[in-house]
Amino acid sequence: MDFGFKISPSSAVNLDNVDLSLYDRLHEVEPDIAKCIACGSCSASCPAGRFSGMSMRKVILDLQRGRQKEAVKMLSGCMLCGKCLMVCPRGINTRHLILAICKLYGED
Amino acid sequence: MKENILIIGGGIAGLEAASQLLKLGYNPIIVERSGRLGGHVADWNRLFPDMTPAEEVVSRLVAGASEANIFLNTEISFINRLKDSYNVMLSNGVSIITKIMLFATGFSLFDASKKEEYGYGVYNQVMTNSDLERWFNTGHDCRITEEGPSAMGFVHCVGSRDEKARNSQCSKVCCITAVKQAIEMKQKFPDAMIYCFYMDLRMFGKKFEDFYISAQRDYGIRFIRGRVSEVSENIEGKLVVKAEDTLSGRPVKVTLDLLVLMSGIVCDHQTCRTAGMLSLPLDSDGFLKSRDNIADITASPKEGIFYAGACTGPKTVPETLAEARSAALEIHNHIISLSEELNSNSEGQ
Repeated sequence: MDFGFKISPSSAVNLDNVDLSLYDRLHEVEPDIAKCIACGSCSASCPAGRFSGMSMRKVILDLQRGRQKEAVKMLSGCMLCGKCLMVCPRGINTRHLILAICKLYGED
Repeated sequence: MKENILIIGGGIAGLEAASQLLKLGYNPIIVERSGRLGGHVADWNRLFPDMTPAEEVVSRLVAGASEANIFLNTEISFINRLKDSYNVMLSNGVSIITKIMLFATGFSLFDASKKEEYGYGVYNQVMTNSDLERWFNTGHDCRITEEGPSAMGFVHCVGSRDEKARNSQCSKVCCITAVKQAIEMKQKFPDAMIYCFYMDLRMFGKKFEDFYISAQRDYGIRFIRGRVSEVSENIEGKLVVKAEDTLSGRPVKVTLDLLVLMSGIVCDHQTCRTAGMLSLPLDSDGFLKSRDNIADITASPKEGIFYAGACTGPKTVPETLAEARSAALEIHNHIISLSEELNSNSEGQ
C-alpha cells in the first residue's frame, strides 16, 4: 500500500557489497587510475564541466566506490579535449583513461 | 681526564651521540631505563623508505657506542646542582658528576585505548602500529590468522592532530608508516583488501611520495579520505568500521578482519619529570623547549644541557641521527669554550 510518503534510501556506501571486478580490470590496463589524489585540477580545468556537470575527479571516485552507472553517465558530457591531461599533477593520462573506461564499460 | 657526558636515553639518538662523543675523545655515560638499547627503533621491523631492517641500524649504532659506559634498567633518582656541574644520582646507587647532560629521551607512543571509539582493548581484532611491527618481528599475534585478513584497514592520526586527545601536533611519521605497513601486509597477503582511512597525508620526506604512489598504483591499497567515526563488532566477531568518504560526501561502512591504529608520537611523561628536576621549560606542544626552534634546536635554555632526537618533537630516524651528531658537535664546542674560559681566567690571576 502506498501512503504517499516513504523513507528516503540511505546514501551510505557499503564497501562490502561493492563489486569492483570491472574496476580491477580497468586498473590492470590503466594502473595510473589508482594514483588519483582527488585534487580536482581536472574538474577545474574542464570546459564541459560547467555545462554538463562532467567531473573527472568524481568519475574516478565513483568507479572506485562501485558507482559505475553514475560514472559512465557523467562521462557522456566529456568532449575528449584533453585539458585535464595537461593539468594532472600525478601525470595520469586522463584522456586515455576515459577511452579505456568507455571501452571496458561498454558505452560510447 | 676525559670529560664525563651524561646521556639520558639509550635509543638511536643517545647511541649515535655517544659514538660521536667517543670519537671526539670524551667519556659518554648512557642511562637507559629499559633493559635494552635501541629504543622504539629496536621494536620496529623494517624502516621506510628502503625497507632497511631496523635491527641492522640498531646493531650498527650499538657497536659504535660499545666503548661508552652504559647503565641499563636505570633511571635518574635526583639531580643536585653544584657550582659549575651537576651531581646526578642514579637508581642503581651510582652517582655521576658531570658538566654536560644530553637528553636523548625520545617519545612515548600514544595509548590507543584512550580513543575508545576505535575499540583498542575492547575488540579482539584491533591492534596498533607497534603491535603490527612486533608481529612482523616475531610472527606471533592471535589477532592475525595464518591465512591473513581478507579485508583490513589502517586508521591514520590516532592521538595525533587531535585536540580531544590533547595532542594537537602531527606525529610526522605515521602517514608513511601506515603506507609502509599496508604495502608489507599486501606483500604477505596479496588477496587482502586494504583500506587506509586518512584525514590528510603528509608525504614530506625523501622518496615518501614515490612510496605512496606505489602503494596506490602497484599494490592497489585503497585510500579513503575520512576519519573513522566508530568501530563496532558484528555477530561473527568481525569489525564494522564507519567513516565518511569526504570526497564523495557519503558515509561509508566496511566489514574488516583487522584494524591497525596508527598511534602517534607524544611527549614522554618520565622525560617531563626529569626535565622538571632541572627546571627545563616545556614547549607549547608538551615536548622539551629548545633555546631556539630554528637555529638552536639541540641546545636547551640552560648552560650545559643539550637535546637530541624526539624529546623536542616527532622526528624520523635520519633526522634524529643527524640531530644526535649535531648535538655531539655542540657539546664538543661547549667543552672547548669552557676550557678556554678556564685558561683565560688562570692567566689573568
